[in-house]
Amino acid sequence: MSELLPEGWELICGLEVHVELATKTKLFSGSPNRFGDEPNTNIDPVTLGLPGALPVLNEQAVELAMRIGLALNCTIQPCTFHRKNYFYPDMPKAYQISQYDQPLNIDGHLDLPGGVRIGVERAHLEEDTGKSTHIGGATGRIHGSEFSLIDFNRAGVPLVEIVSRPDIRTSEQARQYVSELRAILLAIGASDAKMEEGSMRCDANVSVHRVGEPFGTRCEIKNVNSIRALGRAIEYEARRQYDIIESGGTIRQETRHWDDAEGRTHTLRTKEDADDYRYFLEPDLVPLVPGDEWIARVRTNLPMLPAARRSRLATATGADVQGEAVSVIVERGQDDYVLSVGEAGGDVARALVYVQQAFAEEPPTPRVPSKDIAALTVMERDSKVTSTQAKTVLAEIVTNGGGDPAAIAAAKGFEAIDTSEVEGFVDQAIAADPDAWQKFCNGEQKAMGALVGMVMKASKGKADGKVVTAILNARRG
Amino acid sequence: MANIPTTAAAIADAVRAKEMSATEVVEHHLGVIAQRDGDINAFNLVTADIARDAAKRVDAAIASGADVGVLAGVPIAIKDNMCTRGVPTTCSSNMLAGWKPPYDATVITTLNAAGAVMVGKTNLDEFAMGSSTENSAFGPTRNPLDTSRVPGGSSGGSAAAVAAGFAPVSLGSDTGGSIRQPAALCGVVGVKPTYGLVSRYGLVAFASSLDQIGPFATTVDDAALITEVIAGHDPKDSTSIPRPVPSLRAAAREGVQGMRIGRVTDLPEGAEPEVAARLDEAFAALEKAGARIVDVTLPSLSYALTAYYLIAPAEASSNLARYDGVRYGLRASAADTNAMYGATRAAGFGDEVKRRIMLGTYALSAGYYDAYYGKALKVRRLIADDFERAYAQADVVLMPTSPMVAFPFGDKVDDPMSMYLCDIYTIPTNLAGHPAMSVPFGTGAHGLPVGVQVLAPALGEVAMFRVGGALEAAGGAR
Amino acid sequence: MAKVARLARLDIADSDITHFTEQLAKVMDHFRDVDALDLSAVAPMTQPYPLVNVLRADEEQPCLDRDEVLAAAPAAEDGRFRVPPIIGLVD
Repeated sequence: MSELLPEGWELICGLEVHVELATKTKLFSGSPNRFGDEPNTNIDPVTLGLPGALPVLNEQAVELAMRIGLALNCTIQPCTFHRKNYFYPDMPKAYQISQYDQPLNIDGHLDLPGGVRIGVERAHLEEDTGKSTHIGGATGRIHGSEFSLIDFNRAGVPLVEIVSRPDIRTSEQARQYVSELRAILLAIGASDAKMEEGSMRCDANVSVHRVGEPFGTRCEIKNVNSIRALGRAIEYEARRQYDIIESGGTIRQETRHWDDAEGRTHTLRTKEDADDYRYFLEPDLVPLVPGDEWIARVRTNLPMLPAARRSRLATATGADVQGEAVSVIVERGQDDYVLSVGEAGGDVARALVYVQQAFAEEPPTPRVPSKDIAALTVMERDSKVTSTQAKTVLAEIVTNGGGDPAAIAAAKGFEAIDTSEVEGFVDQAIAADPDAWQKFCNGEQKAMGALVGMVMKASKGKADGKVVTAILNARRG
Repeated sequence: MANIPTTAAAIADAVRAKEMSATEVVEHHLGVIAQRDGDINAFNLVTADIARDAAKRVDAAIASGADVGVLAGVPIAIKDNMCTRGVPTTCSSNMLAGWKPPYDATVITTLNAAGAVMVGKTNLDEFAMGSSTENSAFGPTRNPLDTSRVPGGSSGGSAAAVAAGFAPVSLGSDTGGSIRQPAALCGVVGVKPTYGLVSRYGLVAFASSLDQIGPFATTVDDAALITEVIAGHDPKDSTSIPRPVPSLRAAAREGVQGMRIGRVTDLPEGAEPEVAARLDEAFAALEKAGARIVDVTLPSLSYALTAYYLIAPAEASSNLARYDGVRYGLRASAADTNAMYGATRAAGFGDEVKRRIMLGTYALSAGYYDAYYGKALKVRRLIADDFERAYAQADVVLMPTSPMVAFPFGDKVDDPMSMYLCDIYTIPTNLAGHPAMSVPFGTGAHGLPVGVQVLAPALGEVAMFRVGGALEAAGGAR
Repeated sequence: MAKVARLARLDIADSDITHFTEQLAKVMDHFRDVDALDLSAVAPMTQPYPLVNVLRADEEQPCLDRDEVLAAAPAAEDGRFRVPPIIGLVD
């Protein structure tokens, strides 16, 4: 943060993340929870808030919310539902059913990959609203529009709102928090967590203060639609608040809208406009009291979480636990596959690299049998093929969904040549182009390319590029 | 045409025995309605075509030997706050005038399956808020026993329909006495079952934690029959009790030998002398029938009205917020959505509804919640605790249903507090979530009927119907 | 009372506000007797009948017909509900 705020200043940030749960149906009714359908086709009396309709809680939504709670180290407690009363055309009943003073999950935490622990105050269940589209006017924005059209397909979709404690101190931590949270949600199957489709939405509470002094007045930033935008919005907002305070002004508590194109926040509403939500217990629902047995069952069925999977993979492969390869493989869910290559007698460190490079389009359990990859890693390790040749073989195996690497290498005429043979080709190259050799000796790295190219051509691609480079560097001394 | 029986039970028996057709029965009732509803205005809508079709289906089923259900061919009138698919459901409000629900309330589905024939949707105080049916946007219902007087409310149309012979039975809803009070004023039987016994799915909500559907009938046996049919667990209502329904018709014939009948020694005053006299006679009759009278106290009862007029409006203010002109019902034109809300709701709701929405909004608003709504919930607990102590000593408790007999139009409509006092004896039951029924028991001032109310603990319908049956058998001084 | 009417989205004329205020004041007078009660040790009653964990299986049920629903709407366009411009509201 030092680059953003001067020494002695501190950013305080808490995040409220809404995630749509991956259920088949709505939180309180049986119409489908499905993104992208024709407007107003996933509707029923409850979704539309028709007179006489009554909510009934979706068991699977509760189970997914409990998974989230357990994955975030929360305590699961007996809880109730409240009505949050406010008028808005995409809110069918003019109240949202949410959890208020007795949420399902409380007092948890999430550890960032770097080890920083961010507190999770609560993770509660609530229903989503419909969607308004603003028609007319120049921008498609709410201001200046001629009318709005409402689609209630999303109304009643189950949400969990995850509220962090104000433990975040840098925009990078905020990004890490959201990306780690996203990885957890995907791992436990609670949500598809797509920020671009709105199935994961993030609001940031930001304030700045001088270290040692009380926290400053906070502003809530809405409309942050990507992890990148989150970082930018927090940085912008921190700087804006700092500038105001430094020039003698005071911060107003307000809700601000992030404009990604302009790269700035605008006032959406001040606290004075805030509605009086008149919360009261939802009389159409009864308390939810998850018993120990139910909680234990959900806990038992919880898969290994990303942090544990990253450390398992790093330990097995010797790679950096915070490195890109480990996090990418775990994010794709291909870590089990990489480890299975080891079980098939392969070299897991090489398998990590292969899978990272060639399996981006493959599912968590790729079609290629792990024994084929295992065999290829062994061939490369034993210098039966060069790394370049291995890549070519790998590409063919992936395309075909498997194959014997030895057979493929043979068919392509790949065979190992030993180092003495490569030495001979290097001698030929230096003799053929002494100019390049001289330049290389004078430190022109570009000249090396020409020499390596000649060796490759002479060896018909069988020489290992790495070996050639090593010989050239050794000869130069 | 055969002589049409007056009770639902006898009609169903006759239709199933092929002594008469459902069509004959429904034509008879449609005839009575045509003759007299112009004076009474019990119905917002007479569904003659739908009734004839339903009767034909029942007749066809009987002809083919199919099982037609226990209410085969029984005409029934439905309070116009229960959703009927494709049939206007208005709650007697301009807000919903002409609105046709795309679904049926669970009770409607259940009645259809039992072979009942809906003859129409009955008038009510707008959104069930009132005790006289004067708060209807479509004009008041008149009491069939004296058309210068109110039928009570809010289910005045359903009470009047049964009293006038438009249907042997009807459904109403009871939030603070809206079945029992009009039953008393119209001289018919009215039952408010235990909260959760009958599904609320499709009942347009007034106060969700208090509302309950129940029947009107001319006999306790018919009231038991309809309660048996509509009671039972409904997975669409989270507050529906998952318990089998006991036989209530049998209970109604069982007698009261050995039962303990509670007399409330600290009952809030205000009942007309004739009403109090009929209650005393009811105790005497039950004692004579073999029951024992025990004194009980309900010290918090005097606070019930206060608690009710905070809780019910608070829930109503939220339940009625959905009438915003966006998805259905009335919309007033305005330049923007917020202005549209205010204009629509001002145009669509009548004064009493507005009063209660204002009261409830106030009771829930920031800074007042604890002082009003929060306190009311605690008073509710005190009342429930009182009842629990009373029911440790007594099987049922007897009270007047209404402090007064049917009153003339205009008597109370401009004085909300005097209207609210009509419900002083009925409200406590709703707060506790218990069952209660009103049984006609003699007459009071002007020869108008008086109802005696039988209260029972949660799921105490068997005890309640035993006493109700005994009161009916004893009759009352006229 | 004017603030309450705004919160409830009820356009009520000033003269009617006075009338309502008087009527509601009478009703509120009755609440005074409750104010005198010491309720500190009393738990609020939040359910008429004690049920917990009422849940439904996550199974699709038939949806309403869009055309039927939109036909009952005050204004609809393009498969959606149409409303005047949204200004002066939260969010």
